Amino acid sequence: MSTEQVLGLYNYWIVIFLMMTGFYIVIARKNMIKTIIGLNIFQTSVFLLYITMGKVRDGEAPIIRPDAEPDVIYSNPLPSVLMLTAIVVGIATTALALALIVRIREDYGTVEEDKILILDRES
Amino acid sequence: MIAEQLPILLIVIPLIAAPLCVLLGHRRAAYALALAVCWVTFGISVALLVQVQQSGPISYELGGWAVPYGIEYVVDYLSSFVMLFVSGMGAIVMTYAPTSLNRALLRSKHYLFHATYLLCLTGLLGMCITGDLFNVFVFLEISSLSTYALVSLGVTRRAPLAAFQYLVMGTIGATFILIGIGLLYQMTGTLNMADIAHRVQTVGGPRTVLVAFAFLTVGLFIKMAVFPLHSWLPNTYTYAPSVVTCFVAATAAKVSVYAFIRLIYTVFTPDFAFETLPLDTELTGLALIGIITASLTAIYQDNVKRLLAYSSIAQIGYMLLGISMANVAGLTAGIVHMFNHALIKGGLFMVVGCFAYRMGSVKLDDWRGAGKTMPYTSFAWVVGGLGLIGVPLTAGFVSKWLLLTAAVENNQWLVAGLMLVSSLLALVYVWRVVETLYFADPSEQAAAAREAPRGMLWPTYVVIGAVVVFGVWTEYSAVLAFQAASDLLEVTP
Amino acid sequence: MTPLLMIQLSLGLPLLAMLLVGLFGKFPNLREAGTLAVSSVLFWVNCNLATRVFSGERPQWSLGEMMPGFEIGFTVEPLGMLFALVASGLWIVTTVYAIGYMRSHDERNQTRFFACFAISICAAMAAAFAGNLLTLFVAYELMTIATYPLVTHHETEKAKQGGRVYLGILMSTSVAFLMLAIAWTWSVADTLEFADGGILALPHSEGKIREWQLGLLLGLFVFGIGKAALMPFHRWLPAAMVAPTPVSALLHAVAVVKVGVFSVLKVAVYVFGIDLMHDTGISDWLCYVAAATILLASLVAMTKDNLKARLAYSTVSQLAYITLGAALASAAGVIGGGMHIAMHAMGKITLFFCAGAIYVATHKTEISDMRGLGRVMPFTFGAFLIASLSIIGLPPGGGAWSKWFLALGTVESGQVVLMAALMISSLLNIAYLIPIPIRGFLPATDESSSGLREAPLMCVVPLCLTAIGSIVLFFVAPEIFGWLVPITQVTR
Repeated sequence: MSTEQVLGLYNYWIVIFLMMTGFYIVIARKNMIKTIIGLNIFQTSVFLLYITMGKVRDGEAPIIRPDAEPDVIYSNPLPSVLMLTAIVVGIATTALALALIVRIREDYGTVEEDKILILDRES
Repeated sequence: MIAEQLPILLIVIPLIAAPLCVLLGHRRAAYALALAVCWVTFGISVALLVQVQQSGPISYELGGWAVPYGIEYVVDYLSSFVMLFVSGMGAIVMTYAPTSLNRALLRSKHYLFHATYLLCLTGLLGMCITGDLFNVFVFLEISSLSTYALVSLGVTRRAPLAAFQYLVMGTIGATFILIGIGLLYQMTGTLNMADIAHRVQTVGGPRTVLVAFAFLTVGLFIKMAVFPLHSWLPNTYTYAPSVVTCFVAATAAKVSVYAFIRLIYTVFTPDFAFETLPLDTELTGLALIGIITASLTAIYQDNVKRLLAYSSIAQIGYMLLGISMANVAGLTAGIVHMFNHALIKGGLFMVVGCFAYRMGSVKLDDWRGAGKTMPYTSFAWVVGGLGLIGVPLTAGFVSKWLLLTAAVENNQWLVAGLMLVSSLLALVYVWRVVETLYFADPSEQAAAAREAPRGMLWPTYVVIGAVVVFGVWTEYSAVLAFQAASDLLEVTP
Repeated sequence: MTPLLMIQLSLGLPLLAMLLVGLFGKFPNLREAGTLAVSSVLFWVNCNLATRVFSGERPQWSLGEMMPGFEIGFTVEPLGMLFALVASGLWIVTTVYAIGYMRSHDERNQTRFFACFAISICAAMAAAFAGNLLTLFVAYELMTIATYPLVTHHETEKAKQGGRVYLGILMSTSVAFLMLAIAWTWSVADTLEFADGGILALPHSEGKIREWQLGLLLGLFVFGIGKAALMPFHRWLPAAMVAPTPVSALLHAVAVVKVGVFSVLKVAVYVFGIDLMHDTGISDWLCYVAAATILLASLVAMTKDNLKARLAYSTVSQLAYITLGAALASAAGVIGGGMHIAMHAMGKITLFFCAGAIYVATHKTEISDMRGLGRVMPFTFGAFLIASLSIIGLPPGGGAWSKWFLALGTVESGQVVLMAALMISSLLNIAYLIPIPIRGFLPATDESSSGLREAPLMCVVPLCLTAIGSIVLFFVAPEIFGWLVPITQVTR
């Protein structure tokens, strides 16, 4: 694989970088808020993956104009549309997670998982 | 006219009823609506099954958009069978819910529970019926999100924590599935399962297909709680309110198993999964390790809900074993075990709910001697437990027998042997509870307890009765599963 | 009455009895009357069915497929018919005895007791008439489950321990070995339907299974049938001694162990086939295991002072006779084994009835305390003596015939060593059984037996009846021989 090819796939490198960053945060961070941030980054990387795959070389925004030339190339709108749904799902997940964190903090007085673990063991 | 619209009604009715419950805002009204909707949903599932039996698979085009551009709903033997028991368990648990909920939730919040429950049901049914891969993801998230919310309703402070942990794991799983779907879409340019199956290059195709398959598999493994990705399950089942555990344990993991079957047998081919990739050995290995370790762990649990949770992890292994065999006999066993285990585990968790309601505890130690004060509930445990062990004349035997004969037919002697050994482990953990119930001097709670209220006991006995009925009469369990399996493998029965 | 209806009645009547028991739980007299009436009808039905079966008919009843490809079906053949007759006949006397025993002991949960008893009989009937291995297995397991509440009837710590061993051994052997064996048989033969001359001897199975594998399969079967109590899987039988005496009667004579040895015979005759076993010699090792069990169990029995424990080990030994009969792979062996089911049932039930009666009347369980009791309980000890003769195999006890045929079987297969084992065991039987009645009839050494009386009538009458039965069987034995001959003749 030549350098050009590697660089040409830059969108995937970004996706992979974000994905791994997010995944790492989810696994490594014990703070629940940070876990959720990691989860969000993780999901965002997938949004990007979809959106970049919808792009067609030389493609225009997929809006049919009455004065458009007949042989115009459009980008694929479907992945973007799918991601609208996925973003909604992501927001719902985040909202629910935050709500849960609020309740956990009310009950335990902390959002650090290791501290909660200690509290649970004591009780 | 209505008969043609049944596939969409199955989804739309509970989906619309959920916000209606919130709008009604009144406990009794919301419950009445939710209960009616659950039973209507069950009725529709039955009607769909009958239609499939009479005139073959149904394909429903959403909004009249032609396949593969629009979303397609597919009702065939497999999906109608899974929907049948999902909606059935949904309805019966809903019938059981109100009394049990009194202990878990403020009365003024019940309507929210009903709404969330309906959403969860919608999501699960949607996953079964849809023939569109992205739609699977959407419904998966609908059911998962509502499950997280339901789990967090538990009385102890560990419930929100368990829900949170489940949420993190579940979202990772769902996102993996999303990635897999995306990659598949990239390769085929379509989201319709049948269409993908048509276009995807499984033999000598690009590596992306492999990656997509891997992401989907791992994502579903998390959702199914396959060993070693099961860590979310014990806490979730343990700390969720009893009603939620009944429903989730009976249905959620099964629907993921269903999705997995679809993935292997409809979207991809068993040849691809089991010949090109060594997924069958992997599945068999994971399933066996999971069955044995989870069963062993279950033996040492003091909390009965956790005991059953570990048993659930083990039971998922049986389904995977069946799926990994890739022949009609094995697949039949796997599919029928989804149904049988839904009944058995749902029933047992309902029994746990009855005990918890009267004794306020799910610790085995507090149940000592409850057999004397709560004879009917205790007897229900015995019957359900026998089902879990797989004693003849219970549903558990049917699946165990089918799996055993399938394994022997495949010359998988190790599988056959370990499977039988593990059912003896089940005997140990079930009987530990039985002995505690019947052979110990009553604990304080048990002595003060009375028989569970009728509103809980009756639904419990319906399910436990079904465990026995479907152990003897398998016209609507094993026979249907057999047809579904033959369908999937395109063998004429 | 058609034979079909008779089969249906045989299976249905015990369930009816269970329903009646449940229904009349609050009225003990009505409840027991129901059981007695139903059991009498059952015996009558079975007698009618027997006349058909022993004259050559093989009535069948199929309940339909339990799972795709696996049927629940019943076929009545002479061996099963004999077992059904024994079980249903003894059910009547056991019920009478149980009423006397349970009431004079003021046992709790009598309704549950009689209900579970009825289910066990149903399971026994189903096993006796089973037309295929799956049906047999289902009935076998049903019996394990139904007898568990009987074994643990007292709900004490001791009962729990006993129940644990009972359920643990029976379940684990049946699940780990028997189920595997059945599945294996199915994969080889493609059918589970019992066939004259053996499923595995059918042309279809030829070449699909090697000889050593056949031996292994036989091992899975005989050890999987834990109810046959072949050593080393015999521990459950003594452990189950915690149960009330009528339960012991059920376990040792009416149903449980008899289902075990019956299944072993059935497997030998209809799954392997006598000829196949004889030609390949796969059952030779089993002969020695059985012979070892016979001798070892007899020796252990001699060391036991507790009467019920001694009888339990005696049962282990006697059951091994039947297994030996199956393993000999000869016509005489199988017939002797089948006959011994009836003979041992009649004899052992009498002995247990006696043990229970002694306990009811005197609350004594140890043999060393029984000196002189025979003088106050002449009927009980008289019956004990007669039944002992039958178990030992001396005329006029029925056991003489079955042991004769078993000995003949050893000669037929040229196993003189086994013949010797049988003889030694008979001597051992004398040594551990006869001293009990003799001690009973000796003059008492102390005054502890004064003021004691014979057990209640409801206990004494059944045990006298079964003792007489043991003698009657001696004279009926040639008939039984005639009934059982067809199972050893393959017409194909």
